[in-house]
Amino acid sequence: MKLFGKNIPEQVTRLTIILIFLIVAFIFLRSLLVPPDFGKYGHYRASAVDEIILQDIKYAGSVICYDCHDDVVDSKSEGYHNKVSCEVCHGPAVLHIDDPEEFVLEAPRERGYCPLCHEYIPSRPTGFPQIVSASHNPMRPCISCHNPHDPKPPEPPRECKACHAEISRTKSLSHHVNVKCTFCHETPGDHKIQPRDFLPTKPSKREFCGLCHAENSNVPDEIPRVDIATHGEQYMCWQCHYPHLPEAN
Amino acid sequence: MKEIKTNIENNIQRRKFIKNILFSATALLFPKFIGAASVGKIKDWVLFGDYNAKDHLWGMGIDINKCIGCGRCVNACKVENNVPKVPYFFRTWVERYRIIKGKETVVDSPNGAIDGFKPQPESDGNVIRSFFVPKLCNQCDNPPCVQVCPVGATFRTDDGVVLVDKEYCIGCRYCIQGCPYGARYLDPDTQTAEKCTFCYHRIVQGLSPACVEACPTQARIFGEVKKKTSPLMRFMRKHAIGVLKPSLNTEPKVFYANMDMEVR
Amino acid sequence: MEEIVIHLSSMLKEVTGYIYPNEIELHWGLLIVIYPYITGLVAGAFILASLVKIFNVKELQPTYRISMLTALAFLFVAPLPLLAHLGHPEKSYEIFLTPNSSSAMAMFGFVYAWYLMAVLLLEIWFDYRKDLIIWASKEKGIRKWIYKIISLFSKDVSESALNFDKKSIKAVTLIGIPSAFLLHGYVGFIFGSIKANPWWSSVLMPIVFLFSAIVSGIALVLLIYMVITPLRKKEIDMKCLDKLASYLFYVMIVDFSLEILDFIHRSYEAEESIKIIAELVSGKLFVSLIVIQLLIGMIIPLGSIAAVKFFKLPAELRKSIYFVSAILVQVGIFTTRWNVVVGGQLFSKSFRGLTAYKMTFFGLEGLLTSVALLLLPILILYFLFKILPPWDEARSS
Repeated sequence: MKLFGKNIPEQVTRLTIILIFLIVAFIFLRSLLVPPDFGKYGHYRASAVDEIILQDIKYAGSVICYDCHDDVVDSKSEGYHNKVSCEVCHGPAVLHIDDPEEFVLEAPRERGYCPLCHEYIPSRPTGFPQIVSASHNPMRPCISCHNPHDPKPPEPPRECKACHAEISRTKSLSHHVNVKCTFCHETPGDHKIQPRDFLPTKPSKREFCGLCHAENSNVPDEIPRVDIATHGEQYMCWQCHYPHLPEAN
Repeated sequence: MKEIKTNIENNIQRRKFIKNILFSATALLFPKFIGAASVGKIKDWVLFGDYNAKDHLWGMGIDINKCIGCGRCVNACKVENNVPKVPYFFRTWVERYRIIKGKETVVDSPNGAIDGFKPQPESDGNVIRSFFVPKLCNQCDNPPCVQVCPVGATFRTDDGVVLVDKEYCIGCRYCIQGCPYGARYLDPDTQTAEKCTFCYHRIVQGLSPACVEACPTQARIFGEVKKKTSPLMRFMRKHAIGVLKPSLNTEPKVFYANMDMEVR
Repeated sequence: MEEIVIHLSSMLKEVTGYIYPNEIELHWGLLIVIYPYITGLVAGAFILASLVKIFNVKELQPTYRISMLTALAFLFVAPLPLLAHLGHPEKSYEIFLTPNSSSAMAMFGFVYAWYLMAVLLLEIWFDYRKDLIIWASKEKGIRKWIYKIISLFSKDVSESALNFDKKSIKAVTLIGIPSAFLLHGYVGFIFGSIKANPWWSSVLMPIVFLFSAIVSGIALVLLIYMVITPLRKKEIDMKCLDKLASYLFYVMIVDFSLEILDFIHRSYEAEESIKIIAELVSGKLFVSLIVIQLLIGMIIPLGSIAAVKFFKLPAELRKSIYFVSAILVQVGIFTTRWNVVVGGQLFSKSFRGLTAYKMTFFGLEGLLTSVALLLLPILILYFLFKILPPWDEARSS
């Protein structure tokens, strides 16, 4: 074959034919197989977003329960569980909204459910109400004393350790075991009812610790004494000594 | 006044639900109706009437001090998104950290914490810090998983959510290897990659993700990264914020308050 | 779903420390170890062949066609482990249609197709074209037609056409060398670019992959040459064999240096992941990394071939040493791939725990399938040797 007066080697012609065939085949297949909406919004199939949006909804959200159960929602809104969504205990409710008689929601009545949140685990934040369920009225269902929609305890806790178990345990291992919590922390009575709104105090001066630990204080000799004015330079006592376990080094 | 507002709000919610349920029912009865070409049009009518992805940028705030490790979020997520209930696939999970003086930090997550945690018999005197950290897909703005997908089956939407197209995914698992946070898994039934979607099907309708709904202490805050009136904005203003693995520059959009240095 | 649940529940017991819950499933297993091993052999065999054509190493001439056909046989098998591994191999064509330009893996389709067609098949075609035409004229029946089709019905055996063939081979080889680097280097980049995994994420990864590929390719051709020549009742050309072993030796030194460099760099910088990686290397990965990859796969062959060079041993002894060394090298390089792919998934991205890899026997991800996939190229090579014999005696004068 001749092109521009020069002979093209037969290898080139044969290979070029194959190459052209492959390219054409590729373009043709591509036009058939690439989804038509690919690339519309980005390097993906646009209808994928639609398919994802069409997924079934199972949890209805806390707001809609009010439509039928306004009394319960109202009583819950003032109590400790006001931020706990209804579906946390009652399960997904979308089907119930559609047909309340057909799909009745469950309500956990056994003891096993409440401890999921309220069992004492040291890692839980201090002040979060926790009980050791094995010793906290083990034979009775939780709801016999605590209304789940307004779960204040039947009586205010008698001791600090009812809510502050971790601190209490730590303190029980230390020499401060016989120091009452209220000796250092002045606690308003309402702290037991609305803990976050009525906070106990904390000592702010070294002289407070000095009530027992100063050289000249009027307490039994076993208690270690230091010169309150100079010991520990410019730091407060609790910056080095953890008050709930002062022996911890 | 508050009651009237709530009523109107509820009515709108209820209309949306009924629309959604009707639509789902229709989809069940007339599958052909929802062909790839026609879905676009129906989408516009039912759901996207007032939702424009370009107006939003979704993110999540997590306050580590508030998490009690109850695992309700893990459970709600599995229910909402039909994730297999076995302990091998999670879209979200909770980790417990116990920082022990003089020893290695101990981290655990029994079955992803779907049934919460059990107290550990460790001498409390030695644990100097202990807390729970919920984990999920960070919906990164510079996602390494999207970068490595060979076919374009995973992508980031305009509103900042990283999604997976399970019709298009070929199951090569490169995205799972690329995620530094372990957020992805391979769905054993569809053999495609899956992960947390911020409950995209809920948020485009004004609901919040299932995990946020379920959290009893409001440790998870869902909202908009850019809008000033979003609860997330207040969260970001009030707390010192940390993210996971910042040196990898994935630009994650899950923001942790009170994050400890031991969290990975 | 049931079998995966059973498999994963047995894995839970193997976990030490803490791993992210989703990490219990190890995603890239034996099949993904086999793929870089195979493409490595392809790249290595081709580089060896290019030594003959571009660098005019005359001693290696007897192995030229063997190298090319070996590369082709293994290249045919290369996509199979990938297809077996995919969750949806029936959709694998998507890689060709909508490749994501930021993904190294998306390159696979095009690099593979390019290398297969524009390098290997093309060069083999040019090299065999004259012989194909002459064989076609001499044979009868179906063999005649096979040769005619493969030669693309070519007929020109004139001086100028043969010159054109020679020049084309040089040109294709020149393009082929960087293409071979790309074919295997991109696999290294697939791992090296994952910042999430500190065992993989390294600039050196594509380079190390490439050099270990060349090592394994040369060793493979050496083995095939040593096996096939006595089978054909011919004498082994010792000059050729010594040259092969020489090149193997020099490339192994480079490969070894690179691996030592990676090790030194990692332990010197001692980044956050060093603790868990040290635990991994001294524990679960000790046998496969220190004993097999380094000692058996690298140091012993290096020492043996160095001894051969230094002591000038007799031919029979040299042959045995080369043969054993080449086998040890193959084992070593395969284990290198294993240590990279599986090793990188044995520790958690939380840097706090280790898991295990449980290999099954049956099933697509099982040992049996992988052994079959590794033997298949040998079978294909047998047929290629029958149709396109690479021996000098078969060449038409």
